[in-house]
Amino acid sequence: MSTADTPKRSMRTPLGRVRNLGAAHSGTSDFWRQRLTAVAMTLLMIPVLVIIMMLLGRNQAGAKQILGSLPVAIIMLLFIVASAWHMKIGMQVVIEDYVHNEKLKLISIMLNNFFAAAVALASIYAILQLSSGV
Amino acid sequence: MALSIVHRATGIALYFGTLLLAWWLIAAASGPAAYAHVQGFTGSIIGRLIVFGYTWALMHHMLSGIRHFVWDLGYGFKANEREALTWGALIGGIALTVLVWIIAYAIGGGR
Repeated sequence: MSTADTPKRSMRTPLGRVRNLGAAHSGTSDFWRQRLTAVAMTLLMIPVLVIIMMLLGRNQAGAKQILGSLPVAIIMLLFIVASAWHMKIGMQVVIEDYVHNEKLKLISIMLNNFFAAAVALASIYAILQLSSGV
Repeated sequence: MALSIVHRATGIALYFGTLLLAWWLIAAASGPAAYAHVQGFTGSIIGRLIVFGYTWALMHHMLSGIRHFVWDLGYGFKANEREALTWGALIGGIALTVLVWIIAYAIGGGR
């Protein structure tokens, strides 16, 4: 889009054009995904709350039956994926804002990725196991 | 209003709170003993307080997030609109939390 880059219309500074993907080196993709997952979770909030209400006061056998049913499992999986992605991006923003030591920042971002992936995969594995009837 | 820091703080709380969610799901998949252990924790006073706090953090973060989303779309920047969105998120978050817990006690208490 050449018109957007003309000095007259562009909102970007010369420095911004040089470092064209910004401080996070990923452009606006994280910004978009953060909103995408936020909207997804907002839409899923009522179904998820209904599921949790259904599970209250039930024992493991009852919980297994409910969580293992197809619609419930799919809603839970969608919510897990959206929340893990959302919280990974959110925590990275916090790290980039407050951790200024470059090495510590890289380590923090790496640990953040590990944490989000581990929580997501553990939760997904549990849901799949509940669904498979093993 | 310095509510954006509360959005951030609740986000961080929810981040670590997912450990509780993962623990609960893994326990459900593991078997009756593990699940009873989780229920023992969530049923205790401290457990209930943590889950109540988690509910509030979730509800507040959601409404506060909608507020940011409205701003992202380019609306709600007038002083009175900003105030209304902020108070709406603050009061709405508390109201939804109380509502969810009333329903939870009405349903869960009957089982």
